[in-house]
Amino acid sequence: MAPEPISPEDARRRKIVGVNAETVTNVTSTDFPGHHPGEDHTWSLEKFTQNFSVQYHKNHPHDAVFSLIGLDASIANAFRRILIAEIPTLAIEQVFVHNNTSIVHDEVLAARLGLVPLTGKLEGLNWLKFRKKIINDDTGDAREDEKRDDGATDTNTVVLKLQIECKWAEGIREGETDPEKLYVNSNVYARHMVFEPQGNQHKQFPEPDGIVRPVNPDILLAKLRPGQVVDLEMFAIKGIGADHAKFSPVATATYRLLPTIDIMSPILGNDAGIFARCFTKGVIGLEDITEEESGMVGGSWREGRGRRRRL
Amino acid sequence: MSREAYAPPTLQPQGSNYSTTGTDLQAGPTTQYLCGHCNSKVQLKKGDAIRCKECGHRVLYKERTKRMVQFEAR
Repeated sequence: MAPEPISPEDARRRKIVGVNAETVTNVTSTDFPGHHPGEDHTWSLEKFTQNFSVQYHKNHPHDAVFSLIGLDASIANAFRRILIAEIPTLAIEQVFVHNNTSIVHDEVLAARLGLVPLTGKLEGLNWLKFRKKIINDDTGDAREDEKRDDGATDTNTVVLKLQIECKWAEGIREGETDPEKLYVNSNVYARHMVFEPQGNQHKQFPEPDGIVRPVNPDILLAKLRPGQVVDLEMFAIKGIGADHAKFSPVATATYRLLPTIDIMSPILGNDAGIFARCFTKGVIGLEDITEEESGMVGGSWREGRGRRRRL
Repeated sequence: MSREAYAPPTLQPQGSNYSTTGTDLQAGPTTQYLCGHCNSKVQLKKGDAIRCKECGHRVLYKERTKRMVQFEAR
């Protein structure tokens, strides 16, 4: 049976999810074999590579926006979930407190330290092995092989130290009230965490920009007053977001379907500007056309294009 | 034994628990305190008046243990 060619309206209808007043229609994709009689929807890599494209709108270290064109929404959602839960990163897992006389309690400080995002040389992070999960077996329910811990070695654990003491600053002006000027080290920031390379780690995380360090050096961890000390050691391990959110490499990862805006007839002159202002900036693009073209029906329209954002 | 099990304090202090200065053993161990008013360090022996030597304040605080405490950052 020869497959019948699909009309453009049909092809368009199949791609668009209908968000109506009370119902949402056409949410499942139908491009699988046997759904449309006479059409061949067998999945082939060749067809996929022809139709698929990735368009980056923004790609900064902390913010990326991209379009996956020619992909099913469920696959886009799978990517989102993988970004959140399955990409391994480094995070502090154990905190050994030698001294902490700051206002922040030991266990609260430990939880805060765990949430600090860490970075280092990518090759080094890939070289780092997972440390086998340490199971706290108070109930005796854990199996014998689960209780075994690989132990901390230079191939699976990164050691960081945080040693800081607050003191009175010298040469303070009379009547000074700013703690930043009155005291030295009145704030403990993430940048005060010092990487302590173990074994071969100095080769994997070379100085100066390859070392394990917090992504944001300005995270406030605790506040100190003269005489107060924080002296602790931290073990960071590799883990995934499914285990604990601190291992998640993204703050948020979202995907969405973009709304379509159908412009039924050309909008010309001043009307075009007014129309564009009805939407968020960047939704409606304007195009210069000649006098002659404007007279033509179905000519070069001023049309919605690119990223179409919902109002 | 589990990591977080309670370890009863040993009868013999291991030096870290009480900051004993071994110089005057005849006079008994001295323990370091912090004045609650002026934050100065006060060494006290057994039977000493509980009083800061600098400002005379009568509230003294014990220093935090030097023992390592382990936490899970979760």
